[in-house]
This record gives sequence, structure tokens and C-alpha cells, in this order.
Amino acid sequence: MAKIVTWFMSTLTAVVLLFGYHTSTSGAVTATPAVIGTTTAGTSSSSSSSGTTSSAGSGSGSDDTGSSSTGSGSTSSDSAGTVTGAAVDTRYGPVQVEVTTDDSGSITDVQVVQYPANDHKDIEINSYALPVLIQETIDAQSADIDMVSGATYTSQGYIGSLQDALDQL
Amino acid sequence: MTADPVSSDPTLPGSTDQQVRRHVEQVMGMPISLALRGPHADTAEGRDAWAESLAVLRDVDRVFSTYRPDSFVSRMRRGEVDAADGPAEVREVLALAELARCRSEGAFDVDRVPGGFDPSGVVKGWAVERAALGLRRLADTDFCLSAGGDMVCHLAHPDDPTAKAWRVGVEHPTDRTRLVAVVPVRRGAVATSGLAHRGGHVVDARTGEVPGHVASVTVVGSDLTWADIDATSAFAQGPDAARWLSHQYDRHAVVVWADGRAEVVRGWV
Repeated sequence: MAKIVTWFMSTLTAVVLLFGYHTSTSGAVTATPAVIGTTTAGTSSSSSSSGTTSSAGSGSGSDDTGSSSTGSGSTSSDSAGTVTGAAVDTRYGPVQVEVTTDDSGSITDVQVVQYPANDHKDIEINSYALPVLIQETIDAQSADIDMVSGATYTSQGYIGSLQDALDQL
Repeated sequence: MTADPVSSDPTLPGSTDQQVRRHVEQVMGMPISLALRGPHADTAEGRDAWAESLAVLRDVDRVFSTYRPDSFVSRMRRGEVDAADGPAEVREVLALAELARCRSEGAFDVDRVPGGFDPSGVVKGWAVERAALGLRRLADTDFCLSAGGDMVCHLAHPDDPTAKAWRVGVEHPTDRTRLVAVVPVRRGAVATSGLAHRGGHVVDARTGEVPGHVASVTVVGSDLTWADIDATSAFAQGPDAARWLSHQYDRHAVVVWADGRAEVVRGWV
């Protein structure tokens, strides 16, 4: 179990690093030791293990910052399960991750189950906010939008489209 | 949508109540739309930057178009020339394509497009990013440049809380009178891949099949080159689209499934 905790701390730390990384202009790690120090593993619904060193970036090869920080953990027991870490306070709000392993102990999924709230801080982190889903039907005039993103228009398909209407405003 | 009271005060610098000047031209067989806002929205400098954007896109078209028999890419497709003989831009795009193939675990592969080698899926976002360079130099001026539904959005002063984000509507993949989502973008890019408008163009390169379960994928990220590539990469993976996107760094997405259900995917940020 101690190793699981250790593994978790490294995973959670990686998440903290990811959050810290994004706003730091220098790319340096901004998470403070205090944040990492308060990290604890939370509930453990079954014993789990990671015989492989799957990364939090899920092997797509793209998350340089994440994967390099998370490959350190491994444990010895073998059984499937899901483990949820305790929420960790980052400077942007609480972050919590959940790790799923299969029978062989390989990590099959890493989900972030809690993110910082999508408030104004989000804009400080991102230059683009989370998309907001729309339920009701709206037309170009009432939508208060500036541009339309859709599967590639051809010049012919453009005629009469929402974007066509916007371009004529 | 929720304009705070400050942002509508026209006496403040960077006020939102500025006229948006719009242009549209057809290039590369698709509409290129520009929205300009700010001091250069209607100056000669602003119009020159727009002309430069169009010139960049026409140059790209001359080299990369698969519809022009005389383009370098068409000649590559016929086996008449090799990438090594071509302009540096061709090698740059091929390098992006190779990265895209690796990142998508083979789902997006420009060598395995129906009809043979076709880098178009990599070229578009990359080209629009290049076309936006001149617009970025317009002082204190915001712009949104879209090529057939994929766009670069830019605020001159993104940290100014009174500056109004561009609002991008995400079109419903099968009902073009509807939007499924709206994304506020201060600086970034939005790209959508789907089957609409151009037929079954995207396939999963590993199977050669048109991906099932997914109707469209919209990716919001910091640059259009990769937002566009990732939209196609995710779409090609069909049922795995959302899961794959959730593991990508620095981007968000909207996946519309074949049953019409829309899902927001929050990437690592």
C-alpha cells in the first residue's frame, strides 16, 4: 500500500506540475513543495498495481511534461480495480485523479475526476474557455456568435450557411 | 454571452463596442472569412494584411492542391517528383504528417487516404496559421480568420478583461441551422472534422474504413496547425475520439456522436 501511495503522489504531483507548467512563462515547475507535501492517497477500492509504467499521458506520446514525471511508480500485487486519489489543492483549485488497472495490473485509464472550477481563473490559464453546449435550436442572428466552425465547407456549400449570414453582417 | 457591466462602457480602452469589419473570398475551393476589430479594421494597413493572407493561401494552394494537376503534390501523387526535390514547405508538412501519424497511433496517415497520398488534412490548419501571421502584426487590432470552418482567433490584448473574446459557434454536423456549442476564444484556434459537406473523406487509416459512431469532432487549442490535425486524428478513431482527446494536452473538444449526443471533452490544461 505504501507503494501505491507513493505512486499516487507522483501521479498527483504530475497533475500539479501540468497545471503549474501551463502558466509559467519559463516553463519551470511552479508547484510548491507545500502543495506536494499535503498530497495523500485517498480511498482505495481495491488493491491495484502498475506492473508497467504507463504514463498519465496515456501513451499517445504527446504529453511530454506529464509522462516524464509519472513513469516512476510500480507495485507488486496483481488485480484489477479503480483507485481514486484525494483532491489536491492547486493554485487553480482542487484536482483529483482516478486510476483504473486491469487484471494484469496494467493501467488502463487515468481520469481527472475533479478539475478547478471553470471560472474567470480559467481564462487566466487558457486563452480559450471550455466550449458551452447549447440545447435549444438557435439561428445565426440570435446566437451572438462571430464565426462558425463546422466540417469543411466547399465554396458551394457555403452559400446560405450560418457563416455566409455572419459574413454579411 | 454574459457581458459584465464594465465591458460595455465605450469610454474604457479596449472597449467591446467596436465595429467588426468582415471580408470573405473564395480560395482553395472554400470560403475564407475574416473578421477584423480595432483601429486597423478599416485602414489600408488592415486591407493589405488581408490581401497578404489571401496571397499566402493561394501560394499554398499552388504547391499542395490535389485539384490542380500542376501542383507539386499532384506531381508527387503521380510519382513524377520526390519530396526531396520540392519546396521546403513540402518537407515541413510531411514532417507534421509523420508526427500526426505517430500521435494518432496510425489512425491519421496521409499515405493511406482513399485515392493515395494526400496531405490535405495536414495542410489546411498549417496554411491558415501562416496566413494569419500578417494579421497578428496589426497594432491593437483583433481578428478571426476562418478557412471553411477552421479558424485562428486573436485578441491584440488578451489579458485586458474588457476585451471581448471571439465567440465561435460549433455547427451541428447534420442540421446546419443549429449550433451544438459556443466557444469563447481570446487567443487560439478552432477546427472541426466531420463527414458533412465533403462526403466520407476521413477514414481510419488502420482499417481503411469510414469511422463509425462519431459525427463530428471540434478541437479548441492554442494553434490551428494542431487543432486541425487533432480534430482529424480524433475523428478517424471513431468511438475512441473522446477518450483520445481527453489525453491530449492544452486543448478542449466537442464530440458529436452519430446519435446526436454532444459531449465536451476537457483535455489536460
